[in-house]
Amino acid sequence: MSEPVTKIDTPIELRYRYTAGTAQSRFLRGIQQGKILGQRCPQCAKVYVSPRGSCAACGVATDEEVEVSDKGTVTTFCVVNVPFYDQKMEIPYVSATILLDGADIGLMHLIQEVKAEDVHMGMRVEAVWAPPDERTPSLESIKYFRPTGEPDADYETYRGFV
Amino acid sequence: MFATAHENVFLFSAVPANRDADVLEAPNILEYPYTRSTGPVVGLFMTGLRDDARVLGIRTGDGRVVCPPTEYDPATGAELTADQCVEVGPGGVVTTWAWVHDPHDKHPLDRPFAWALIRLDGADTGMLHAVDAGDDARMATGMRVQPRWRAERVGHIRDIEAFVPEEQS
Repeated sequence: MSEPVTKIDTPIELRYRYTAGTAQSRFLRGIQQGKILGQRCPQCAKVYVSPRGSCAACGVATDEEVEVSDKGTVTTFCVVNVPFYDQKMEIPYVSATILLDGADIGLMHLIQEVKAEDVHMGMRVEAVWAPPDERTPSLESIKYFRPTGEPDADYETYRGFV
Repeated sequence: MFATAHENVFLFSAVPANRDADVLEAPNILEYPYTRSTGPVVGLFMTGLRDDARVLGIRTGDGRVVCPPTEYDPATGAELTADQCVEVGPGGVVTTWAWVHDPHDKHPLDRPFAWALIRLDGADTGMLHAVDAGDDARMATGMRVQPRWRAERVGHIRDIEAFVPEEQS
């Protein structure tokens, strides 16, 4: 006879189909081609990446498409030290919000090719793309961001985004 | 990977949707791999299923038997302990039921079946389980059922594969 039962596995699985919508679909197809596409608000002129087809602040549709840079500035970041189910990265790793040049909203992605303890606010980073034939309409087509080696961005350039 | 909302985009591997070739769609599956602590009473219940293929209820202060057993008397809230557990069943009576015409992949059976509350012999409450009756014409409130046990039991309510109509057992 084995040990008494003290715990039971009760997994929960929720199956959805996620529809990206028109604006995000254009963004994702752009990613597949190695371009980062945003949309500019006709009222406040802010550029949203990834675009959702409207400006949440102004409540208007965003029709104008603009390409933004694949370089940007780390505004905030998180060093992940906690293992969890289905984790694909080796810990510690860094997840950061990156303000791409030309964008007015941060994009979350991984920072690699640098020690976790060396990542900092204002660090200049650039996208490392998957090879063209391996790209899919997914943010995974950008493998991660890495430091460009440029001097840190002035805090005033991103203070509105932290 | 990160928070849920971000994960949606990060795991995106899009395929064209049928209704609009310009709009991308992708499966998005959220999984919560919970493990629950049973506590002493439910733990004993699960152990009974696994080791002895027997079902336990628990006797409350007024002599009623609650099955599956709880750590408290549902009528008064009074604490109940594992030593108040008693064996019930294994057969019982269907007190209410609902027929499942199209089982999905998480259901206990891959063919139409009934969810039923089953009052096991000696118990005063109903236990929710599946009844493998084949056809809803064979289901009736008041019908007698018997458990069909799995060959390999692990200490889970699914150690009872399903209940079956008694004449079939």
